[in-house]
Amino acid sequence: MDINTPVTELYGSYFDKYSEIWKNQINTIQSKFSGAIEEVRFPREYPTDMPILYVKKESLIAVLEELKIAMGYNFLSDLTATDEEISPRFEMVYHLLSHENMARIRVKTRVNEGEDVPTATVLWMAANWPEREVYDMFGIKFSGHPHMRRILMDERWVGHPLRKDYPLRGYQLFPDTPAPKADLLEKSDR
Amino acid sequence: MNKNSSAIEKHLGSLGQHYSVEHDPDDLWGDSRLIVNIGPTHPAMHGALRMVAKLNGETIEQSYCEFGFTHRAKEKLGENRTYHQFIVYTDRLNYCSALMNNVTYAMAVERLMGISVPERATWIRMIACELARVTDHLICVGINAVDLGAFSFFLYGFHQREDAYTLIEKLCGARLTTSYTRIGGLMNDAPTGWEDEVKDWVKKTRKIIDEMDSLLTGNKIWLQRTVGISAFSKEDCLKYSYSGPVARAAGIDVDLRRDDPMMFYNQVEFDVPVARNGDVFDRYLVRMEEIRQSLNIIQQCCERLKPGPIWADDKRTRIPEKALVHNTMEGLIHHFKFFMGGFEVPEGEAYTQMEAANGELAFYIVSKGGPKAHRMRIRGPSLYHFQGLSPMVKGEKIADMVAALGSINVIAGELDR
Amino acid sequence: MSKDGSAVFFTTKLDDFVSWGRKHSLWPYPFGTSCCGIEMMATLCSDYDMARFGAEAVRFSPKQADMMIVAGIVNTKMAPILRTVYEQMAEPKWVMSMGACASSGGIFNVYSVTQGIDTIIPVDVYVPGCPPSPEGVLHGLMSLQDMIQKGETRAQRREQALKRLNLFHPFKTSTAGEIKDAGYKAE
Repeated sequence: MDINTPVTELYGSYFDKYSEIWKNQINTIQSKFSGAIEEVRFPREYPTDMPILYVKKESLIAVLEELKIAMGYNFLSDLTATDEEISPRFEMVYHLLSHENMARIRVKTRVNEGEDVPTATVLWMAANWPEREVYDMFGIKFSGHPHMRRILMDERWVGHPLRKDYPLRGYQLFPDTPAPKADLLEKSDR
Repeated sequence: MNKNSSAIEKHLGSLGQHYSVEHDPDDLWGDSRLIVNIGPTHPAMHGALRMVAKLNGETIEQSYCEFGFTHRAKEKLGENRTYHQFIVYTDRLNYCSALMNNVTYAMAVERLMGISVPERATWIRMIACELARVTDHLICVGINAVDLGAFSFFLYGFHQREDAYTLIEKLCGARLTTSYTRIGGLMNDAPTGWEDEVKDWVKKTRKIIDEMDSLLTGNKIWLQRTVGISAFSKEDCLKYSYSGPVARAAGIDVDLRRDDPMMFYNQVEFDVPVARNGDVFDRYLVRMEEIRQSLNIIQQCCERLKPGPIWADDKRTRIPEKALVHNTMEGLIHHFKFFMGGFEVPEGEAYTQMEAANGELAFYIVSKGGPKAHRMRIRGPSLYHFQGLSPMVKGEKIADMVAALGSINVIAGELDR
Repeated sequence: MSKDGSAVFFTTKLDDFVSWGRKHSLWPYPFGTSCCGIEMMATLCSDYDMARFGAEAVRFSPKQADMMIVAGIVNTKMAPILRTVYEQMAEPKWVMSMGACASSGGIFNVYSVTQGIDTIIPVDVYVPGCPPSPEGVLHGLMSLQDMIQKGETRAQRREQALKRLNLFHPFKTSTAGEIKDAGYKAE
């Protein structure tokens, strides 16, 4: 196999097991949320290992809720973002897993710079810290998040490191560390 | 006060007798609360983790956790290093079980490129993964015991870990940061007689695990300190995306090796331990039983090892033999272009998961062609586990927080990346 | 001391005896942050016993320890904490920088990592390796012991310099600022 191998031969294992299930689920969702689904990328047609649903930002939570409750994707595997450098700039990525049949699905949302994304903490509390990490690393804010602030970097850090225009060696030094603010505990995560 | 009494009721209903004194609200201190910083350099904080707790006497009413003190920007490095150069960074993720991260990363890139790994390499990778799982579990329960005062338990486990390190050193040259897998196979073959040494180690470890079990499992002090502490129910575990032994201790019967098998896990027989209550004692029991099951898997894999190639014969990812490199021009150019430019991975994206010692470890790699990844996302289970610590210890005493933190096995390398 | 300030036989023997006592009772403060912390635990455990060298009493409070082993990465977020902990230690204090990440930033030349803890605190022994084998850590410990015996470590040189300037105070940990006031000019 070399670089010219057609994409239909790659990512084989999931397609045989779940393609029927995926097709049914995607048809149901497309019929229910006709305007919200921008694009569907199915494996073997696109170089991906699980179907990708491109959802409009406004109906993101509704689609995730439908997937979680009606289709059985009860486990949020991962929540992250990528910097595509085209307009709209960022893509939010949600990976879901269903514990019944171990099917996985990927939901994506395109976000422009400066726009807010509705938070997924209403569905899974596990989305809390990954969303803070996405804000820290990319600068995407989440509306309705209980405690939106930096998580990995220092609080005084300027810039968002995982963006493509941030240099790998962009050091920032601070002369001292201030005491933690008194109101941090009142608005804490729990 | 209401929180305290509900916490007491929760504890008194459990198996062990958990003695707690009811807090009298009209006492000397009134309703003053003490804010304590259990800072990043603390012996009970594994690595550099920080917890700020609001205490009512010794009961934690509210807390928040902070991390990021070992942030090494591996995701940014994944975008700036070729796929071959990134192998070195993967074993600094969960450094207690470094081989497992190597295997998961290699599986992730092989999925993107469509490479199938030869059989012998897969069996050795499975042995390496299970060895890594045993060492990780030994260190987790050992450190948990040390935090609660049982020091000799830790020394028993650590001696077996040292023997495992000797085995790993014979296999790939390094004890901890192995960098053993390559895209498409392994760095080098296991030396002759290695499988027999592994089988001897398995036999000895089984006996030692039974000894360690007899030290703690029926021990009244251990039971009083761990039964009923920081119980996390099944619904909470699903809400916080828990996976691995912590989720199985709460009753979630999901194991990616059995339900979504990768490599040859569907050809070996093993049981998956699942407990009911989800407290610290159940997590300890699940981990001890998983060590025994991993030893079974290692035994079966050692018996099925047959001689064969260990690196897929794919010209993209395999460096040419040294005789060709030194004597032919094509071999030299191939070697040069491999190490200086890196190999190209076709466009695509894949999420590759693995049942790591802590839970679901996954690499989500987005490639836009080219020798370097466009986005290298590492899903470390410790991030999701550490998030649930604050709700878990609400209403518990500080000493119980120490037990809970030890039981969820937060590894700073995988948490901060 | 003799009239011109140089040491005489009795005080050099006393210094030797004190150094001998100090080098055989180094109480480590393990500042373990990442992977090197696991190898440091392995060094302290029964297979490669660090207690043989007198470093048995691992103290988790900086005021009770005299040797700080920085094992692992030190971040921009962790650096002020490291500095605070170092300043809380009492004189004489020694620092062993264990591993490549502590000595120079290691394989991580990225935005969040300090490229070596010697940009923040003075270091006596650098132990290379990623992570260093426990034998390497013990070799570093023994080199530190040799340095203490000869009086070459930074803490001991600081002590000698302060004694020469008559600024030595047995209880103070830091004399920052006072050396400038004493009118000391570097040669």
